[in-house]
Amino acid sequence: MTSIFATVGYFEPWWIQVIKGILIFVIGLSIVPVILILERKLIGRFQARYGPNRVGPYGLMQPVADIGKLLGKEQFRPRTSAGLLFAVAPMISIMSAVATFAIIPFGNVQDIFGTPVGLYGIDVSIGPLYVFAFGAIAFYGLMLGGWASGSKYSFLGAMRSAAQLVSYEVSLGLSLVGVVFTAGTLSLTGIVEAQAGMWYIVPQIVGFLVFMVAGFAETNRTPFDLSEADAELVGGYNTEYGGGRFASYYFAEYLSVLVVSGIAATMFLGGWLLPFGIDPPGWIDPFVVLFKTFLFVVLFIWIRATIPRLRYDQLMSFGWKILLPVATVNALVTAILVVATH
Amino acid sequence: MTWSPGDDVVEVQRGPEPGGAGGAYRAFGETLRGLKTTFMRIVEGPVTVQYPEEKVPVYPRFRGRHKLHRFEDTGLEKCVGCSLCAAACPADCIRVVAAENTPENRISAGERYAAVYEINMSRCIFCGYCEVACPFDAITMGHDYELSDYNRGDLIFTKEMLLAESLERTPLRTEDE
Repeated sequence: MTSIFATVGYFEPWWIQVIKGILIFVIGLSIVPVILILERKLIGRFQARYGPNRVGPYGLMQPVADIGKLLGKEQFRPRTSAGLLFAVAPMISIMSAVATFAIIPFGNVQDIFGTPVGLYGIDVSIGPLYVFAFGAIAFYGLMLGGWASGSKYSFLGAMRSAAQLVSYEVSLGLSLVGVVFTAGTLSLTGIVEAQAGMWYIVPQIVGFLVFMVAGFAETNRTPFDLSEADAELVGGYNTEYGGGRFASYYFAEYLSVLVVSGIAATMFLGGWLLPFGIDPPGWIDPFVVLFKTFLFVVLFIWIRATIPRLRYDQLMSFGWKILLPVATVNALVTAILVVATH
Repeated sequence: MTWSPGDDVVEVQRGPEPGGAGGAYRAFGETLRGLKTTFMRIVEGPVTVQYPEEKVPVYPRFRGRHKLHRFEDTGLEKCVGCSLCAAACPADCIRVVAAENTPENRISAGERYAAVYEINMSRCIFCGYCEVACPFDAITMGHDYELSDYNRGDLIFTKEMLLAESLERTPLRTEDE
């Protein structure tokens, strides 16, 4: 029987799925402070300074202090804002980021005390589509947040991110099409296993570059952080936000950096696979994935320290005139090669 | 006769036209160059001076907080209360009230001495004109620049404070630095 819904291979007892759900939330939200301090420390080094080094040993408690400060603040809401949406928008942002985090495979199915457990939230048969679906929902978080604030800067920032996300989501999708063609499956674990011979960063180098550029745009990171553009838009869509809600936006932004890095590691760097035929025991797999993910996180930070923000028309013309044709040609060539070699 | 621009012509060096495939290629190359530039900053290490713990040494002629001086042999104050420093001060932050020396109560080497000598550090601009104006080298600029305080009143330095051996809070630059 064919279902109209995507098929998800549930083979685990329900309580393991509950535990996994909680674990993903806990791990996701505890990695974010690590990225925060890593970013501030690294940006500092890139700019020939130390970065935060006063709070705790080596300043490692800085994100805790930051988050504590934000959560301790008053929940302020502008008079012109649309009440419910103003409160819901940050939640949409953070929810969609966590939901995307659920499908990053941290390892294959492991036998833990006689129970088979997949080291991922869910292994959906539509992997990349799921990512794009929740990426599109995350866009509502920004858009509604900017609109509900009732402020022109927020609204301008939200409009910009809307145009930006729409432009770059196409290229992001097309860049992964090549990988999906080559692997012959949409399941992320399947894609990882298909990379056993060679990581897709080698045959899909063009797709990888397009994916990284579009990924920077999707996460609103420099050089595509036009939606925030401190200089001209104050803070973009989160101008009117403060306290816990701002912290949620902040968390969601860094969580989406983590997610895009995780997807890139899965799609192009072979997930939990190690090169040269090294086959470690299964419990090492999550650490391999985390290591590869953090390589990309460091790349995100490095780029942020290096490249200035693009102008808006440059952003649009780059997305539509360069990135999209390159991604399309890459997908076409891959398709032709896959058909020709089979 | 046509006008000849001669030597006035300035050749403007223009880069290649932006856009197109070449532009994308160059942008990619320049991005890599930028990444290398920022990476070299990590290799070089931070240039930060961790201020409260370590301080940049000052030069000998640095103009910090003032000092009043005594004669080293007799212990008498050099200041004779002439108020030339107060007259020279552009910020009008020095207040001098002079009094006569008497044989029983000899404080300075001259006829008169400064009974009151106050410098308002919250107004002082550290120009050093007082040092230049002083005929007896009684007032000089020291090296201390850490002068912040919680009350404005505490920033009015009296004669006793200016005469006292100041805390050596600021390192002095050595010859070869």
